[in-house]
Amino acid sequence: MNVPTMADMMAQGKQPEVLFWVGAAGSYDDRAKKISRAFVKILHAANVDFAVLGTEESSSGDAAKRAGNEFLFQMQAFMNIEVLNGYQIKKIVTCDPHSFNTLKNEYPSLGGKYEVFHHTQFIQNLISEGRLEIDNTSLKGKRVTFHDPCYLGRANEVYESPRDLIRRLGVNLTEMKRHKGTALCCGAGGAQMFKDAERGNKEINILRTEDALETKPQIIATGCPYCNTMMTDGIKFKEKESEVVVKDIAELISEANGL
Amino acid sequence: MNYISNVLFGVLLIIGIGFFVNNIQKLFRNIKLGKSINRNDNKLQRFKNMAMIALGQSKMVKRPFSGFLHIIVYIGFVIINIEVLEIVVDGLLGTHRVFQPYLGDAFYGFLIGVFEVLAALVFIAVVLFWLRRNVANIKRFLSKEMTGWPKRDGNLILYFEMVLMSLFIIMNATDTAFQEAGVGNIVSQFVAPFFEGYAPETIHTIERAAWWIHIIGILVFLNYLFYSKHLHILLAFPNTYFGNLKPKGQFPNSEAVSKEVQLVMDPSADPYAIPDESAEEEVSEKFGASDVADLSWVQLLNAYTCTECGRCTSACPASLTGKELSPRSIMMKTRDRLEEVGRNIDQNKGTFKDDGKQLLNDYISPEELWACTSCNACVEECPVSIDPLSIIMDMRKYLVMEQSAAPQELNMMMTNIENNGAPWQYNQQDRLNWAKEA
Repeated sequence: MNVPTMADMMAQGKQPEVLFWVGAAGSYDDRAKKISRAFVKILHAANVDFAVLGTEESSSGDAAKRAGNEFLFQMQAFMNIEVLNGYQIKKIVTCDPHSFNTLKNEYPSLGGKYEVFHHTQFIQNLISEGRLEIDNTSLKGKRVTFHDPCYLGRANEVYESPRDLIRRLGVNLTEMKRHKGTALCCGAGGAQMFKDAERGNKEINILRTEDALETKPQIIATGCPYCNTMMTDGIKFKEKESEVVVKDIAELISEANGL
Repeated sequence: MNYISNVLFGVLLIIGIGFFVNNIQKLFRNIKLGKSINRNDNKLQRFKNMAMIALGQSKMVKRPFSGFLHIIVYIGFVIINIEVLEIVVDGLLGTHRVFQPYLGDAFYGFLIGVFEVLAALVFIAVVLFWLRRNVANIKRFLSKEMTGWPKRDGNLILYFEMVLMSLFIIMNATDTAFQEAGVGNIVSQFVAPFFEGYAPETIHTIERAAWWIHIIGILVFLNYLFYSKHLHILLAFPNTYFGNLKPKGQFPNSEAVSKEVQLVMDPSADPYAIPDESAEEEVSEKFGASDVADLSWVQLLNAYTCTECGRCTSACPASLTGKELSPRSIMMKTRDRLEEVGRNIDQNKGTFKDDGKQLLNDYISPEELWACTSCNACVEECPVSIDPLSIIMDMRKYLVMEQSAAPQELNMMMTNIENNGAPWQYNQQDRLNWAKEA
């Protein structure tokens, strides 16, 4: 798979139109890597001139900040900003709402000012610019429900971009009782992904999976690698793997278009 | 003429309002214990938010049934208070229905009629609210923070309102002249027959008694606010005005930390340089919050504004799965601690004397703080723009940056970020391997 790095680009004296910020999950987590690859296929299909930082990318610092370590967050942010500004990056796209949020909202006051897109927003733009079309036949009629990632939805009020893409797939989008502003967290945010939950009577991802299962879906669509992990685990716990799949919107589009 | 009742009324009014003003001053003093934060930008948007959220109740109706009942009580409260103006003038001047001749019988009757209908509707709404709190099994009213005083407080407010509305109707029902005129007695005409058997003097005495108890009740209620969650009827307005206008996902970047980080990262910085006086002060700044004075005044205003409705807690993923955390409880504990600090200042002639307590541990446990997913559901839910998440995050900051007291797994995650730029233990050189694995 051809994934150019900024270093390559620089060596060739080129400046890509957008930087793909892969994020730690998209780089290392086996499930999330598939999302990164699906998105790259879409970028190629739409002839987007993009690049990644590759080994020069480092943690955005989001998890450190939510865990209360402002110092580590800012160390990461300053380091990343130095790299990004060094490459004169103007436009960033990412499949991770946590990176999206911190790059878009928390980097500017530290000197990192970029136009930041969540991949669903970016794909939406590709469609409106006529660079990409979504095949609405291969998934036609499938029952799909969408789980709003907190850091895309409530945190940044992006509710329509993912839904617009899902509708374009020709599927039957059914909302959970808690959706958009009232959507329930998958349980991974605020650095919870990296620790066990406090004592309680249930895991949050199980509760959210139950919300999703109420809609009798064939596909649970997500727009966040961490939500994807939590929902996938929830489906396994409920022993519904044979009936329900958890897929990122990028994966659905890439599959529908036969990429 | 006998002026005793006028004087008595004036004295009651002065005591009632004076006491209230005194308490409000204490409230301001306590809120000002918080750190400064600039919330004076974008005034137009702030006024809009106040108009929509507080005045317009836009977020209340997200839950239609309780939202609708609340709007009845809210409109009733605001409009019926116009009548209080007349009651005050009557009380001071010794007049009776002083506005009637000025407004004309028809218009005055219309106004009182509206007040009576609203009073009846408020009464019904308040009874339904009482049933919701005490009979219907609504989870957010049964949480463990809603026992003892908070539960009693919620019910007391409802009783107050029931009594005040009843007195208003009884006062009109026993006003013989008003009943005989028959204009505006839309509701009270159905109550009046209950008093028909009594002598005219007795009815008059009942009318006077209802009138006095009603106005005294209002003054008592006004002063009760300060000791109650009901303070929201006043503070909802400043609280929505000073609310956060930035995206909910944007957490503030600490400037003190920025300075330190820049110093660490600046290759030309001399680590052995003698810091100047002003720099020393900044370095000694405490990170995060362990007590109320470490929070901002907006967070403290939030705490006083909270009316304990529990919409936050009913949407919180941690609360919904039986964790110790409840965002409502975070606000209540912050307020309770602030009140304790305020009383301490009162007792020690204006200065706070260390009581060996703080918000962290004595009120809010680390277990609560670590259960938060920072999902913003509580912030989204709050009908008056309270931000419990900001308090949780500030307290986490204290735990991690001042005490290194993060859960072990999070320490490992942070060590990984420091060492290899990812929360997991992977080599940074492998960061692009995903592209080759297709």
